[in-house]
Amino acid sequence: MKRFRRHGHELNRERIKQDLFQFNKTVEHGFPHQPSALAYCSSLQLMAIGSRSGAFKIYGAPEVEIMGLHEENAAVTQIHFLPEPGQLVTLLDDNSLHLWKVRKSPDGLSVLKEESHFDLRGQPGAPPSVTTITVVLPHSSGDVLFLGTEGGCVFVVEHPSLREQEERTITQEAVLQKVPDDYQSKRSLGSVEALEENPRNPHQILIGYSRGLIILWDLQISEATHQFLGDLQLESVTWQRDGRQIISSHSDGSYCQWPVSNNDRSPQPLENKVPYGPFPCKAIPKILWLTTKQRTPFIIFKGGMPRASYGDRHCISVLHGSKQIAFDFTSRVIDFFVVDEGESKSDSDEPSALLVLAEEELVAIDLKTPSWPVIQSPYLIPLHCSAITCSHHVSNIPVKLWERIIAAGNKQTSHYSTKPWPIDGGYSTASEPPQRDLLLTGHEDGTVRFWDASGVCLKPLYKLGTVGVFVTDADHNDNLNQSGEDEWPPLRKVGSFDPYSDDPRLGIQKIHLCKYSSHLTVAGTAGQVLVLELNDEAADQEVACTLVDILQDQDTFKWKGHERLNPREEPVHFPAGFQPFVLVQCQPPAVVTSLALHSEWKLVTFGTSHGFGLYDYQQKRTVVVRCTLHPSDQLALEGPLSRVKSIKKSLRHSFRRIRGTRASGRKRAIPGNNAAKVQEANARMDREALNEMELAPVQRRIEARSAEDSFTGFVRSLYFADSFVRDGSYHGPSLWAGTNGGTIFAYAITIPSVERRMEEPVTATQVKEIQLMHRAPVVGIFILDGRGILLPEPLEAAHDLSKSPDMHGNHMLLVISEEQFKIFTLPKVSTKNKLKLTAIDGSRVRKVSVASFSSNRVEDYSENGLLVLTNLGDIQVISVPTLRSQVRYECIRKEDVSGIASCVFTKSGQGFYLISPSEFERFSVSSKWVVEPRCIIDIDEGVGTRASQQKAVQDGAVVKANSQESEDSHQMLSGMTKSEDDVRKTAEIMEHALLNDERVLLEIQSTLESDSALTDRLSFGHLDRNSKNSTGIQTPKQRMINGD
Amino acid sequence: MSRSYNKSGTLRCLDRVAVEVKSKFGAEFRRFSLSRYKPGKFAEFYSLIIHTHNISNMDILIGYADVHGDLLPINNDDNFCKAISMANPLLRIFVQRKEEVDYNLFGTDSLTRKKKPLGGLRNDTLRKRVQLSISIPQDFRPVSSIIDVDILPETHRRVRLYKHGCEKPLGFYIRDGTSVRVTAHGLEKVPGIFISRLVPGGLAESTGLLAVNDEVLEVNGIEVMGKTLDQVTDMMIANSHNLIITVKPVNQRNNVNRSSRMSGSSGHSNDSTASHHSLPSAHMVQNYNPEDESDEEADIIIEGCIEPQSIPFKSPSSSFTSSRNNLSQRRQKELPLNGSVRKTNGSILKTLSALKAEARHSLAFSRGGIEEDGTVITL
Repeated sequence: MKRFRRHGHELNRERIKQDLFQFNKTVEHGFPHQPSALAYCSSLQLMAIGSRSGAFKIYGAPEVEIMGLHEENAAVTQIHFLPEPGQLVTLLDDNSLHLWKVRKSPDGLSVLKEESHFDLRGQPGAPPSVTTITVVLPHSSGDVLFLGTEGGCVFVVEHPSLREQEERTITQEAVLQKVPDDYQSKRSLGSVEALEENPRNPHQILIGYSRGLIILWDLQISEATHQFLGDLQLESVTWQRDGRQIISSHSDGSYCQWPVSNNDRSPQPLENKVPYGPFPCKAIPKILWLTTKQRTPFIIFKGGMPRASYGDRHCISVLHGSKQIAFDFTSRVIDFFVVDEGESKSDSDEPSALLVLAEEELVAIDLKTPSWPVIQSPYLIPLHCSAITCSHHVSNIPVKLWERIIAAGNKQTSHYSTKPWPIDGGYSTASEPPQRDLLLTGHEDGTVRFWDASGVCLKPLYKLGTVGVFVTDADHNDNLNQSGEDEWPPLRKVGSFDPYSDDPRLGIQKIHLCKYSSHLTVAGTAGQVLVLELNDEAADQEVACTLVDILQDQDTFKWKGHERLNPREEPVHFPAGFQPFVLVQCQPPAVVTSLALHSEWKLVTFGTSHGFGLYDYQQKRTVVVRCTLHPSDQLALEGPLSRVKSIKKSLRHSFRRIRGTRASGRKRAIPGNNAAKVQEANARMDREALNEMELAPVQRRIEARSAEDSFTGFVRSLYFADSFVRDGSYHGPSLWAGTNGGTIFAYAITIPSVERRMEEPVTATQVKEIQLMHRAPVVGIFILDGRGILLPEPLEAAHDLSKSPDMHGNHMLLVISEEQFKIFTLPKVSTKNKLKLTAIDGSRVRKVSVASFSSNRVEDYSENGLLVLTNLGDIQVISVPTLRSQVRYECIRKEDVSGIASCVFTKSGQGFYLISPSEFERFSVSSKWVVEPRCIIDIDEGVGTRASQQKAVQDGAVVKANSQESEDSHQMLSGMTKSEDDVRKTAEIMEHALLNDERVLLEIQSTLESDSALTDRLSFGHLDRNSKNSTGIQTPKQRMINGD
Repeated sequence: MSRSYNKSGTLRCLDRVAVEVKSKFGAEFRRFSLSRYKPGKFAEFYSLIIHTHNISNMDILIGYADVHGDLLPINNDDNFCKAISMANPLLRIFVQRKEEVDYNLFGTDSLTRKKKPLGGLRNDTLRKRVQLSISIPQDFRPVSSIIDVDILPETHRRVRLYKHGCEKPLGFYIRDGTSVRVTAHGLEKVPGIFISRLVPGGLAESTGLLAVNDEVLEVNGIEVMGKTLDQVTDMMIANSHNLIITVKPVNQRNNVNRSSRMSGSSGHSNDSTASHHSLPSAHMVQNYNPEDESDEEADIIIEGCIEPQSIPFKSPSSSFTSSRNNLSQRRQKELPLNGSVRKTNGSILKTLSALKAEARHSLAFSRGGIEEDGTVITL
């Protein structure tokens, strides 16, 4: 009977767990890693970006994004929207074509579904190049696709059945019939480089061959009607809107205009221009000619720069009458398209915006405003403009602070165009976020970016730079980049991606924001700790600098690492926003490894690998400094931790770095900048090291940790709490510090009363020292009140935002080491409860945070729990204070060291981690708070369903996880291992396509070395311009927003 | 000549707390008493013996008669504690000159000694046998044992390594490898974890119970199947204070033959080679009270107080270097509430500071299951 009752209790508990916890990976924030294809659909106002991982996403209005993932692990090289709305075709680099449709999922949301795929097969025995697809042209009739190949043939494939129509294949022989013999004999035609449909006559298509010949093919008579006998290597061909002229671009950086008329079937070029001549220029892989009502066309082309002096630039040039600007991107340009306002019937294109997809960012340029400013993107922001070094999440920001941050951010974006984002298809049905969440990312260049992380779109709010506080070399370089107005070519830098940090010491390592007081503290690589406050006005400020000797005059140690940064002596002008007023400089200037701020007490504490300090930023005085170094720990003083970093980690890191910056790293080989070369060399060395490592058998030493181990003094966690540290009757401010060696120090702090706060000093005395027997690094310290609830944040209770804690003694100290969770009683420290992790399953705690989980069924029911990420990439929820594991989910691959290191949790049970240098994956462990895209793209079913049977969509890219609830719960009951499968099934997301195994990693490496050939092909003419057709068959131009 | 030794006021009246000691050197006897629960250190005891017998000019070896009448040496803190705790009620001490010691007398052959209890003390020179000269171990302390022989298959061996209180490193390495398993589908190659190297002089090597290429099957009762090398490494390190590994020895000739299980108390061995001819088996070392799970986890808590440093503090443990702060510190071994009675030796300071402590300290002091033992040194 008793057992039965207990069983019932467990069942009940399981049900509560289902209401509380659910694991979903919901959306990727940031910019897709390694984008490889771009397409635009003007009728639906949608854009698609494909990546090398085989994934692609459709983007529309902000928060509208739909993901498609190919089963094949091959790069998406081309995407084309088909004339039928909501359909697209993708070409992968394994030469397969895939047809996708936007469908409705059972819960009414739009999802992408692969309908069919097609492999072009040539004659048996023919070399594979014969059928290697170079160009895809979906015909405006919607019936066929034309596929140009490397072999020079154009194949015709039926749509939507994707069946080859062999009898319609346009062979070179057929083309050559009408070509004059003397032209013919000189050369073979080469591969098909361009296929373009006449915008005025759907029966005519242009076929351009790489050796220079362009023909106009009539589909009705299956015959070439016009020949344009070019003798330059052809890169692309485009029609003018009226169908009376074509423009071809060539590998020598020139472009030609050719007349198309029935009088001259083999005309000479009207004009041949080399825009950046006369010296040899690079190829123009793509050119667009857009007409305006004012008759002055826009000529937009990629590349074509003078080979010798600007050959390494990634440029898109826009020519409009006498105005010419070469937009200079910091990473390789993959493709571009133009959004136009021209009506389908009108004679002019009326371009309004130019969207350029570069390797590391998407840039939109407003062509309507005379100065051609950049339009700020609402999504696809390159998070990694400078490498992300840390992140910090603050939940539930007060409206006041939110507005002030936005106001400060708006002052920074005044140079952006006022035009709205030009892509606005579809609409989001996601509910308004329940609260305002802020994600702060620290970057290598010393900036902190503030992001609105409340919803599906990670919106940039504000950017804080800390460089101004210090004297750096960068100051002198600033004016070098500014080129004069009359400079030729007329380069203009656009985009924000800048992988080069002027000084790595500026890197931000720790961030702590108090949302109530608007006090912010950031700490960096060179031991600098800044305290900032929000000021709505720009101001000149002198930053008080205090040097803190962490070693406390122990001269046996010698710091061999970097120097500290030199602060500016004179007052510095800071723009509106967070302005520093205190600088604490740790000496030796080692990386700050932990940081905490208590805005009520006006104290900041910081730890390095040598010890920690407590600083009173009201009186600008150091309160206490404690050196935690073990006397025998020499390594800790040798500076940067390179010597002990695991080789695996450093390898991983360097791969990331190479991948993150490889395009620019190779192309921007400016004399004197050896960074790229050094990086390459390092990568090579790492690779060699990897080989060596694999030759020697991998073995691991088994040894107990001891006090003499290196880096035991490394301060891992710092915590302020108002608790009972001295005795059980009086509580007061305390500081807790945990080290890598499993030692916890507790200090009682005496803070003078408010009236005497400025006169009397703040003092701190050590009251406790706990040495954990297992000596594992202390990754978290928390204090729970008498009811087992975590003490509130500073000022939280004062602002009536949380229940005031139970201050009646019996507080508990929760210590989380990498190996176990332990609750001690206070003030007398003795073990009360513990949970071992490593001893049981070999996993170690990497990140821990306290989160509140609300039930999605019962109102007002919530539980607090510890959200834990282990080194195996598992997410666990541990109950407090009972310390029982509640749920466990596989989240990050355990090989993904950087992903695990970048993980940050929110207070509502969500989290973010980097899946690539530029993308955060968002996940949720809470079943109540799930932020995921819920968007609808309305497609005119009358047209869209012509050939499609409405099958029930089972597993789209974005399935609202709640639809699987019953399944989940079933699995939940049958144990946690099952739920892992469940996770795998639902989470069909970008990350899965990324580097799934070592083999792929190697492949990527090999492509790093030789991908120039590929890239040229990738970026070649696959702009979808079907919508510009005006042939009547074309579906009427429509923008479907908000319901219909 | 007998003297009362005990000067601790609180203990004097409690007869059951005191241990009566009868110490014999040659023909001389001395009698004194010691506290059963606070016996102190061996070094102090040694000097006390020297002092009471007035033999400060010679090197001596101290032995005692245990309950079975065996003559056992007292030469470190552990066996001193053992001797005190086993005394019932009289502790008989035999003091010998080092030069005159007949090492044969010390031994574990209890049967012979039951016949001739303490006979060796007559310096019987007639018993001249060729003996292996085994030096007297300076520190009797288990370093390893084979456990659970009765429940494991004969091909497996469960080894417990006692790292606690030992300066020796564990001293072994593990690697990935493949092992052949019998499964439902016949023989299958599966990945496994193997011992790859033993560090000379390390604990693992000195036990002789582990050898290179032994397959590791379990760590503290948890199977390693399906776990990565790094995971197993972390598990072993996390359990390093009380590591129990189940191995499948590569050399299967030394397996325990269950039918002829030897009785004996020694599961530890100082043989440094891995090739034993026969391995003694034991469930547990008998004369050692193994720390229970939670004791092994005991953390060291130092409650710093804000009183000025009137008490000189000397850290008894070299691993402790935290006395940089100018606070007098009280150290205690924190024990769990489930009441393990294992004690650690403290210093006199503890008792003093405990007595001196204010109310809030005594609050912390009177916890059940937590026991502190200061040494009483008054001569």
